[in-house]
Amino acid sequence: MPLDSENKTIVPTEFKTVGTRPVRPDGMDKVTGRARFGADMSAPGMLVGAILRSPHAHARIRKIDTSKAEALAGVKAVITSKDLKAQPGCDMDILVNVMARGKALYDGHAVAAVAAVDMSVARKALKLIEIDYKVLPHVTDVDEAMKPDAPVLHKHIEHDYHQDMLETADHVKGKNEKTLPPGKRPSNIAGRYQFGHGDPKKGFREADVIVEHEFKTEATHQGYIEPHACLANVSSDGWAELWVCTQGHFMVRDTCASLLGLDVSRLRVTASEIGGGFGGKTTVFIEPVALALSRKAGRPVKVVMSRDEVFRATGPTSSASMKVRIGAKRDGTFTAAEAILKYQGGAFPGSPVEMGAMTAFACYDLKDVKIVGYDVVTNRPKQAAYRAPGAPMSAFAVEGCVGELAEKLGMDAIDIRLKNAAKEGTVSSYGPTFGPVGLVETLEAAKKHKNYKVKLGKNQGRGVASGFWFNFAGQTCTTINLNIDGTLGLAVGTPDIGGSRASMCLMAAEELGIPYDQVRTIIADTSSLGYNDVTDGSRVTFASGLATIYATRDLKAKLCARAATIWGIPEEAVDWENGAARPAGANAGNFDPLTLADLAEQAAATGGPVAGHYEVNADGAGPSFATHVVDVEVDPETGATEVLRYLVVQDAGKAVHPSYVEGQFQGGAVQGIGWVLNEEYIYGEDGRLQNPGFLDYRIPVCSDVPMIDTVIVEVPNPGHPYGVRGVGETSIVPPLAAVANAVSAAMGVRATTLPMSPPKILAALNNKMRQAAD
Amino acid sequence: MSSVHVSTMINGDEVDFVCRPDESLLDVLRDRLGMTGSKEGCGTGDCGACSVTLDGRLVCSCLVLGAEAGGHEIETIEGMADGEDLHPLQQKFLDHAALQCGICTPGFLIAAKNLLENNPNPTETEVRYWLAGNLCRCTGYDKIVRAVMDAAKDMRKGHRNAA
Repeated sequence: MPLDSENKTIVPTEFKTVGTRPVRPDGMDKVTGRARFGADMSAPGMLVGAILRSPHAHARIRKIDTSKAEALAGVKAVITSKDLKAQPGCDMDILVNVMARGKALYDGHAVAAVAAVDMSVARKALKLIEIDYKVLPHVTDVDEAMKPDAPVLHKHIEHDYHQDMLETADHVKGKNEKTLPPGKRPSNIAGRYQFGHGDPKKGFREADVIVEHEFKTEATHQGYIEPHACLANVSSDGWAELWVCTQGHFMVRDTCASLLGLDVSRLRVTASEIGGGFGGKTTVFIEPVALALSRKAGRPVKVVMSRDEVFRATGPTSSASMKVRIGAKRDGTFTAAEAILKYQGGAFPGSPVEMGAMTAFACYDLKDVKIVGYDVVTNRPKQAAYRAPGAPMSAFAVEGCVGELAEKLGMDAIDIRLKNAAKEGTVSSYGPTFGPVGLVETLEAAKKHKNYKVKLGKNQGRGVASGFWFNFAGQTCTTINLNIDGTLGLAVGTPDIGGSRASMCLMAAEELGIPYDQVRTIIADTSSLGYNDVTDGSRVTFASGLATIYATRDLKAKLCARAATIWGIPEEAVDWENGAARPAGANAGNFDPLTLADLAEQAAATGGPVAGHYEVNADGAGPSFATHVVDVEVDPETGATEVLRYLVVQDAGKAVHPSYVEGQFQGGAVQGIGWVLNEEYIYGEDGRLQNPGFLDYRIPVCSDVPMIDTVIVEVPNPGHPYGVRGVGETSIVPPLAAVANAVSAAMGVRATTLPMSPPKILAALNNKMRQAAD
Repeated sequence: MSSVHVSTMINGDEVDFVCRPDESLLDVLRDRLGMTGSKEGCGTGDCGACSVTLDGRLVCSCLVLGAEAGGHEIETIEGMADGEDLHPLQQKFLDHAALQCGICTPGFLIAAKNLLENNPNPTETEVRYWLAGNLCRCTGYDKIVRAVMDAAKDMRKGHRNAA
């Protein structure tokens, strides 16, 4: 694994500050151990909270007796679902997920909680809680869960099996759907989505070659290193504070207030530093429990999940079962495409199948395309968003078929994608027409890269895959304040996971024409700033960046007005240029420029504090495309796969801090490598998770991967003043397919089931040898 | 459960504490001594976020009992910088953007420092295997490896002794 890769940006920029690579403002605290994450806060008189979880995959809770736990010395509060009463308008699925009521729906489902003077007492108390369970039949596989005779989790979810179109009715295999009574019946199928246009049947008739496969992926966990943690403090007069590691503290405030029946204004939430999230910290798990315990105990309560709890009771992504069919002419032009996607959402509806269906064929210009997606509940933890939720799985299936089409047609893997690539003006498979997008540019850059020219050896294979993610915008609000010394304080409401404070400082400094380190960005608490949507959807650099730019422009206008007041000239006669207010042209008068420090010094005399604001429900997020190229070597003796080299090419629109854009590319690629080669949720016959720890659920370690080469493509997004697109999520869309295509090429067998762990690779190779012998 | 009195050296300072016999060194550092730089990612020695050195040996502090620390010298992330002077590894992590969320960073820095004390001129493969006990979910490890290699190079030139 040579250290010879280089990271480069293709498109030159005209920016002064944006596009540079300064040290992040929170970096010093993080390398010295001073940064305060979720579990790092404490409060006087603090208790520790601990949660009792179901050992059963599916069980009726007949009785809970907490009396012995309550009587234990050192226990200050015990709660069950009775202490989390359903409030009008609250989200019942979240409430039931936070604390089971009536039934435990998965191994690890919370059923009770205690607050005690220390963890030793809390653990003893949990053992003293007596629960009478009636164990029920369970189902953890998505295909099994769709069958009409599967154990049903929720009576209120109903599905009419007769409504399914014939080609999508795989879930009733083995049982003739015509024998089922007509009409809706309780089912685990919680939703059906369909996208597409044209007439795929016609398109397939026009095809010279058709590739069709069934694919399966297992659930993987976001695997953030920081377990969920929070510190709740509810006072006796109803005011509450919460310190929490989350991707969205406004979301936490609103959700917790809704679940607990609190006035939103009475709950102040502060986002701690967050030790990774990747979508998994976009909802609540322990926060309402901590608040309820604190309310009952009358003392601050800290709840920190163990790693076992993180795996058993927080969101992994969906497992998926998929069928994909693509037809093409001999020249490689796609004539039609179809996909059926079945994603499990865990114990509650809400799998990301809709987004999986929307993204499945988004990379391609297709006249005749149809995608059907099913949202299915199973006895697993409620799935949570995981980086481009839903997209990596469908891309794995679609790009696998594209790879096989290239092989069958004798075409280059990049050329076939170039021939069909979505571009500006393409009507996407999910509806909208694309504006300027950079898929073609990523493909062309990948083809030119040195990695694509390396000659492969025995048992080695190369995989190519492209991927798409929408990127989001949403509600965003920022304030930038001029300090007394001329420096600036920028308050944003989106927690910083991957370096967004550095990006915000860069954009504000760019606007003002000042050095980067004269701006300090903080994540304001929920009482200090208007509502902000969650840090998700790759929205922060786009939306908070946009709001930062416009807030800074608002500040600049006010600063020019102050200068006009000082000079006694009209506001229109003042420009802001290179960090200072200047007279606009000769007619405005001859005055020395006024810097931020000058204007700050005279602020009190010219009207008081100066601040810029911007509030927006942003739109205009530009989608991002990526192309990944990976080389692997499969060891036929052990079934182990080594990743030899890996290239990520992705459109960033504009890379504000290229180092962190590269970091997102690299991190996404390695998460994808884990997903395709090793990571999976393994359930026993009892429906219990078999590997809830980092020893047995093994994410890639440093020695598993090579350097990850990156190329940043910059096709500006017209919806952002600097052309920014989100980058965090697209980078995990292609890796599953790219690595699976490489493994398939190395083995000479199509990989259709993830993870491609050594036993599966050995089985596939043995099967191939048997078939060859026959 | 009666508590145990422990005398130790932490980052060069004499430190006394009391803890329960079943408390981990990590719990003592974080909850009793307020040194929250060492993080708990797993509690089972699988993630390396709680890495410290015990008499110069790299250990997961979640797998060491607080009571075991008596009479030993412990180094944590809080002792890595010399006043305002960052250790070269800390500076290189900043320069190379080798941290994203930053939760694993203290553990990586302690492990990398221990590597360079044992092997001032590691190959990329040696860096990767030495750091294989430290999980990072954000970076893909690329920039971390570059930062460690770059720090090693500077330290070999004598910018600051590793030992």
